[in-house]
Amino acid sequence: MSILVIAEHDNSSLKQATLNVVAAAKAIGGDIDVLVAGENVGAVAEAAAKAEGVNKVLVADNAAYGHFLAENLSELVAEVGKGYSHILTSAGTTGKDFMPRVAALLDVAQVSDIIRVESEDTFVRPIYAGNAIATVKANDSIKVVTVRPTGFDPVAAEGGSASASVEQLDVVKDAGLSSFVGEEKAQSDRPDLASAGIVISGGRGMQNGDNFKMLEQVADLMGAAVGASRAAVDAGFVPNDMQVGQTGKIVAPQLYVAVGISGAIQHLAGMSDSKVIVAINKDEEAPIFQVADYGLVADLFEAVPQLEEELKKVL
Amino acid sequence: MKVLVAVKRVIDYNVKVRVKPDNTGVDLANVKMAMNPFCEIAVEEAVRLKEKGVASEIVVVSIGPKAAQEQIRTALALGADRGIHIETDEEVQSLEAAKLLKAVVEKEEPKLVILGKQSIDSDNNQTGQMLAALTGMGQGTFASEVVVDGDKVNVTREVDGGLMTVALNLPAVVTTDLRLNEPRYASLPNIMKAKKKPLDSVSPADLGVDVAARLSTLKVEAPAARQAGIKVADVAELVDKLKNEAKVI
Ligand SMILES: Cc1cc2nc3c(=O)[nH]c(=O)nc-3n(C[C@H](O)[C@H](O)[C@H](O)COP(=O)(O)OP(=O)(O)OC[C@H]3O[C@@H](n4cnc5c(N)ncnc54)[C@H](O)[C@@H]3O)c2cc1C
Repeated sequence: MSILVIAEHDNSSLKQATLNVVAAAKAIGGDIDVLVAGENVGAVAEAAAKAEGVNKVLVADNAAYGHFLAENLSELVAEVGKGYSHILTSAGTTGKDFMPRVAALLDVAQVSDIIRVESEDTFVRPIYAGNAIATVKANDSIKVVTVRPTGFDPVAAEGGSASASVEQLDVVKDAGLSSFVGEEKAQSDRPDLASAGIVISGGRGMQNGDNFKMLEQVADLMGAAVGASRAAVDAGFVPNDMQVGQTGKIVAPQLYVAVGISGAIQHLAGMSDSKVIVAINKDEEAPIFQVADYGLVADLFEAVPQLEEELKKVL
Repeated sequence: MKVLVAVKRVIDYNVKVRVKPDNTGVDLANVKMAMNPFCEIAVEEAVRLKEKGVASEIVVVSIGPKAAQEQIRTALALGADRGIHIETDEEVQSLEAAKLLKAVVEKEEPKLVILGKQSIDSDNNQTGQMLAALTGMGQGTFASEVVVDGDKVNVTREVDGGLMTVALNLPAVVTTDLRLNEPRYASLPNIMKAKKKPLDSVSPADLGVDVAARLSTLKVEAPAARQAGIKVADVAELVDKLKNEAKVI
């Protein structure tokens, strides 16, 4: 068996999610090669070569891949990947975009968002917003799989053993169907939401974007990332990339603090695998309390400032 | 220009999902079914394009059992012009759905195909991308804004770090995210009118597509339930528990 992992990165650094995907690949077993496709990705390729369990790194460095346009990336991955038994990538928005295209080009099914590997062809994945867990067997010769990073502990970023070899590919695929126009990236010095050890999220109960500053102050004390419910994003309190849930980010931190969030199933789908869940809500009937390890029935406008004060005492 | 919208009949998003005792799947007997929420957004976007004079005709297509005609009728009541029902009682997976839709695209030759980014049952997030690959079209996935500009469409996409805008040659495939628009409700007169709008039925065999599943579901289980927690009296107790009991801060 031979597995091709498509690295997730931003052209300058390797995303941690790639290490989770390599862990999933190790659970399948076999030689693991990593494909780094992008523009000026030397540092990413070097980082990938150091990761535990990686056999070889393939690099496709070209402007055509600089913005990860699915039309170009999928042609590359389909061509490079057809010699492998498995093609894996993280179920982030980049992987979700290009991977089904790869599967279609290879005329194989895709298994989305796996959280466990049962065997080389059988995988476990949540369906119905995590309200059911399916075990599925892929019957095609090439298994195209996206991996939910929180389902797998990352491999070590530095493997210790001899670094993998790095091979440059000169395959340039420009489908000519799409072009990059621009982007608005949210800037934050806080940890990445998807991989943070502590997440504090606000919901509609926060009332406006300014009030999120209260959560940010608490987050900075704890080294936490800040998230939000869909209602808070829809209301324009915070940007879309902070949404946690079925259709936002999936997080599984050591500690998740939900503030002014009711606990709709679509929100729970994104955070219910957290180790410890805290809910602060003034409605004691709020469904979030059914999944919370520690529930505090209180007005958040009193509780959050108090939380900040108490944390200052102990941290 | 012609716009094709694909819609799926799924369990209503408010329904509490229950796994069948024999672990073969989710219990769908006597539960409320509805149009997938992302598909509603797709229909709404097409209707808005028509209201702006960008779209001239909206064709809505659904794959599924006879009852999926209800969702087609809903789309017609919201403003689609005619429907195509690809009738099958089989479970149709993403790749096969994309192949069926490709056959419709070849016949209808729409300039834009709009689909939901995922359906809330299988949560696959695949069909739009697969359709784009099979038809050789560009794709604007997880769209929060769609602007048609001559022979191109600019799509702003919700991505992990924020927003990203791409320009696609038409024809193109767009998949909708939640903030693209807020779908309207169908009015009673429009629901009545929708009953008279044309709705054709075809079978996968008519379209020459083999819909045999490539993935087999071995079992479906309920997720592990979380242990019930406790209520704390105040913030001081909360912080104490987090520090000394859970040891997470
Ligand atoms: C297809 C689909 C996908 C979706 N995807 C997602 C998703 O990915 N993520 C997501 O989050 N949602 C998602 N949703 C939306 C979801 O159904 C809920 O509408 C949403 O999560 C509600 O957000 P909320 O809890 O912030 O708001 P509400 O449900 O309005 O809850 C607000 C809570 O704040 C509490 N509150 C108010 N004021 C205070 C105060 N002063 N002090 C303390 N508590 C207070 C209230 O008691 C209430 O419990 C999706 C919905 C659909 C249909």
